[in-house]
Amino acid sequence: MNQDHAPDTSAVKSSRLVATLAIAGLISGIAIIGIYEVTLPTITINKARELRAAVFKVIPGVTRMQKLVYRSGELVPSAETERDEQPVYAGYDDAGIFVGYAIPGEGPGFQDTIGILYGYRPEQQLVTGMEVLESRETPGLGDKIFKDAEFVGSFRELAIEPEIVAVKRGKKSGPNEIDTITGATISSKAVVRIINETHETWSARLPPPGSEPAMTEPEQER
Amino acid sequence: MAKQQSESYEAFIRGIWRDNPVFVQVLGMCPMLAVTNSAINALAMGTATFFVLVGSSFLVASFKQWIPKQVRISSFIIIIATFVTVADYSLLALVPKVHKELGAFIPLIVANCMILGRQEAFASRNTVRLAVMDAMGTAGGFMFALFSLGAIREILGEGALFGVNLFGASFEPWVIMILPPGGFLTLGLILLFFNWFTVKKNEFIDQVAAAERSGV
Repeated sequence: MNQDHAPDTSAVKSSRLVATLAIAGLISGIAIIGIYEVTLPTITINKARELRAAVFKVIPGVTRMQKLVYRSGELVPSAETERDEQPVYAGYDDAGIFVGYAIPGEGPGFQDTIGILYGYRPEQQLVTGMEVLESRETPGLGDKIFKDAEFVGSFRELAIEPEIVAVKRGKKSGPNEIDTITGATISSKAVVRIINETHETWSARLPPPGSEPAMTEPEQER
Repeated sequence: MAKQQSESYEAFIRGIWRDNPVFVQVLGMCPMLAVTNSAINALAMGTATFFVLVGSSFLVASFKQWIPKQVRISSFIIIIATFVTVADYSLLALVPKVHKELGAFIPLIVANCMILGRQEAFASRNTVRLAVMDAMGTAGGFMFALFSLGAIREILGEGALFGVNLFGASFEPWVIMILPPGGFLTLGLILLFFNWFTVKKNEFIDQVAAAERSGV
C-alpha cells in the first residue's frame, strides 16, 4: 500500500519543497483573510442583535439600551470596551427613562463556563429576568437551565438581598428563594451562584438609584 | 465514454454504500459520536464535511503533479485546513445557532482522518473527475451515516425530529440517547446491522451461484 510513497531518494531540491509549502501557505492565508473580511460584518451584526434581544428579554418594558463601562470609579456610557473592562447594559423605556441594568456574569457550571445575563432593577433591588448566553451543560439535564420555562421564569421579580438562595423544588417560601431543577441541581445552583457573585461585584459600583446615567444619544437601529 | 461514466459512478457509489466511511471503514468517529445528538446538528456537520472533502479532493487532484512527494501530507493539510476555516466562518455568519451547538467540532474537521485518507489514497492518484466523484460519494456516505444516527438519537432521546415533536406530551424522552453513551449504543447497533446484512447478502450470492452451477 505504501510502495508508491516510499521515501523518494531521487534528490528534490529542498528549495522546491520550501517553495511549494510557502506558496500553499500564502494562498491559504489570502483565502482565510478573504472569508474573514466577507463574513465579519454579518457575524458582528448577529452578535449585537443577539445581545439586544437578550437585554430586552431580561428587563421587561425596555425599548432602548446603551452600554456602560466602569471607568475610574464611575459608570460611564461608552461604545468601546477596553481589554479588562466588563460592560453592563442600561435599559430605558420609550420616554428615555431608566428602567434597569442588564448585567453579564459568568462562572463554572457542571461541564464548562456558563455565561449569563440578568436584569436588575436597583430601586426595588429585584432581579427581573435571566438569560443563558453560553453553556455546554449536559443536553437533556443541565440544559434545562435555559430550556425549562418555569426555572427561567422564576427569575422574574426575584429579591436579591441579602442573596438568592437555591432550594429544593417545591420548598420555595421567601421572595429571594428559587426552586432548583430536579436532575440539574448543580447547573441551577451554578446559575444562582453566578448571579450572587456578579451582584456582589457590581452592587458597589452601581450609582445610587435615581442617579443612573441618562440615555446619551438616540439609537440608530431599532 | 461509457467506461468513463461507469468508472465515476463506481467511485461515487462505493463511498455511499459498499465502502461507507462510517459503517464499513469505521472512520471519522469523533464527529460521528459527538455531534449526532440531533438531526439538524448531524446535517450541518455532514454538509460542512461534504464541502471540505469535495473542495480538497478537487484541489489535490488538480495540483498533484506540482506537489513533491516529501511535502504532500503537509500540503494536503494546508488545503484541508483552509476549507475548514472557510466552512467555520460561513456557518458562523449564516447559521450562528447551529455553529454554537457544533462548537469545537467544526475546526476539528481538519483532524478527520477520512478526509486526509481520501486525499492520500485516491485524489492524489486519480483524475480530477474521478477524485470529485469519489469525494462526493464518501462525503455523501458520511452525511447519510451522521443523519441516520442523529435522527435515531433525536427521535428516541427527545421524541422529536428537527425539533418537531412527534409523540405528544405522554412520551417520556429517553435522555441517555442524546448523551454520549447513546451515541455509542446506537452506532454499535447500526454496525451490527450492517455486518449482519453483509453476511446475509454474501450467503445469498453464494446460494444463487451454487444454484446456477447445479442448474447448468
